[in-house]
Amino acid sequence: MAAKVPLLAILLGVLLLAAGLTLAGYDAVAALGALWNGAFGSWYAFSSTTLVRAIPLTIIGLGIALAFQGGALNIGAEGQFYAGAIAATWVGLHVAGRPPVVALPSVLAAALLAGGGWVVVPVWLRLRYGVLEVISTLLLNFVAASLVSLMVQGPLQESRRIYPQSDPIAMTARLPVLPGTRLHAGIVLMLLAAAGLWYLFARTLWGFRLRAVGAGPRAATISGRIDARRMAAVALLGSGALAGLAGGVEVTGVSYALFQNLSPGYGFTGIAVALLARLKPLGVLATGLLFGALEAGAGAMQREAGVPAVAVYVVEAVVILVVLLADAAARRNLLRTAT
Amino acid sequence: MTDPVVLIGGFLAAAVRVATPLLLAATGETLTERSGVINLGLEGMMLAGALAATLGASASGPWTGFAVAVLAGILLALLFAAVSIVAQADQIIAGTAITLAAVGLTGTVYREAFGAGGAGLTLPTLAPLAVPGLSRLPLLGPALFAQPMPTYVALLAVPISWWFLFRTRAGLLLRATGEGAAEARAAGVRINAVRTAATVAGGAFAGLAGATLVLAQVGSFAENMTAGRGYVAIAIVVLGRWHPIGVAIAALLFGAATALQFVFQAIGLAVPYQLFLMLPYVLTLLALGGAVGRVRAPAELGRG
Repeated sequence: MAAKVPLLAILLGVLLLAAGLTLAGYDAVAALGALWNGAFGSWYAFSSTTLVRAIPLTIIGLGIALAFQGGALNIGAEGQFYAGAIAATWVGLHVAGRPPVVALPSVLAAALLAGGGWVVVPVWLRLRYGVLEVISTLLLNFVAASLVSLMVQGPLQESRRIYPQSDPIAMTARLPVLPGTRLHAGIVLMLLAAAGLWYLFARTLWGFRLRAVGAGPRAATISGRIDARRMAAVALLGSGALAGLAGGVEVTGVSYALFQNLSPGYGFTGIAVALLARLKPLGVLATGLLFGALEAGAGAMQREAGVPAVAVYVVEAVVILVVLLADAAARRNLLRTAT
Repeated sequence: MTDPVVLIGGFLAAAVRVATPLLLAATGETLTERSGVINLGLEGMMLAGALAATLGASASGPWTGFAVAVLAGILLALLFAAVSIVAQADQIIAGTAITLAAVGLTGTVYREAFGAGGAGLTLPTLAPLAVPGLSRLPLLGPALFAQPMPTYVALLAVPISWWFLFRTRAGLLLRATGEGAAEARAAGVRINAVRTAATVAGGAFAGLAGATLVLAQVGSFAENMTAGRGYVAIAIVVLGRWHPIGVAIAALLFGAATALQFVFQAIGLAVPYQLFLMLPYVLTLLALGGAVGRVRAPAELGRG
């Protein structure tokens, strides 16, 4: 059951896309063929578009899984990603001349801290005033987008002051790239993060308590010595830190510079990635790869079959809705058998 | 130096203009949230309304545009209601998915209809409708009495929704559903029907808000043109404490915070414009801390 529903959801999403494309007068077979080839058609396509795209989605998805497991709904990963990207660029521009063993870790640490820092205000508002983190993290996405715009036209603008982007970061601050591809070492960080989160959830008391809080904060508070509010706050901070790391990895592994619209909605797609994996870290690896492939293929579909790439958002939405419906139905069945 | 009366008058008019689509969407969302449902699909419904208005108006005039936009909002609201109310799936996630779907759908349809990256279609925007006499009032005249039609609709919707919520039996049932679903159900209220109706009303308002953006303000559609206004409307509902009049004040304050940038531009103050883009969001965030602490959300809000 556990793996069947997501697979069914994907199948349904793709079928719906095919039906829509046919209705709109496209050659659906050719379009889906282009999508497949763009994602898996060659080693280069797979390593340099699918995997490269999957890295930020997976790291953000892991963070969202952490927050949601703790019952905190972080809808602000987009903003946290940008906070991380700004910090990484800032530090990355100032570490020239330092050896990579110093430069790279400090850049990534800055991204991690900035992402976590970006949720400090939502955490405080939630603890102190009970403001829903859904609203506060969302609002901060807009602030972050304006902050990036301010940075690339202000303090971080490239030295000739023409284009709204930063100078390239120091060579020593860049992640190594696999020869012949664009695949960068961010994939190692992604795997480490997934393994770490898996260990946390499956093998530690803290992870067990966190999941208890997410499943029922009142029950967890009443039955044990668990401070549900604090657990959720820590999960939210960790979630922001991971999204910030994703921003840092994107700057040090792909763009080497800061510019506006660096993220094509990673923060929102990351929610779908986490949900489809049922908030399980190892599952996020699989769903991150899937969405990476879908978005990489969408680019090829637009180039080769003329289908707008944004059409895959509909597939993503269908996937979320189907999984949601299946989970809701399963929950109702459980209630029915219990009573 | 600009004449201060003209400057302030222009600032107030801009504030009301910015506030209009937000107020429409937030008034609808107030009804939805009072029934215990939080609709994060609002952003998508506004966006769908904006595209539908563009298509409808280019086919047969602005009024068709408004009608089709309301319909688009209602259709998405029905989908949201089917998932989150009837099937009782998580409202936050369902709403996010609806918005994602709307971004994809509107982007695809728009490129399909007007070509990728093409100049698109420019529509004539509705002319301001001046109320005779009142529109000549200094300062407030241009802001409140020389606006296009949707602004008057938005302003009228405030007392009407107040009256509906607090002075009619249907409004009482709606609030009861939002405060205690079990008790309301025991009293014979059909919870799901009430919530679906409230959500559909919210969708209709969101569609109207999207149409307002296109037909009364911008004059054309652009991908993702709502740019988060739907989410801002949700924050405004919280800021306005789930009360139509509070919501109206919050929407106008947000409009004013946004319109400040025009004033500073006019004065020629050398401050990066991005700071003004951030200001409304930061102020909303701060105000939420101050406002929410003293008021309680509808007890059932967000529970499936």
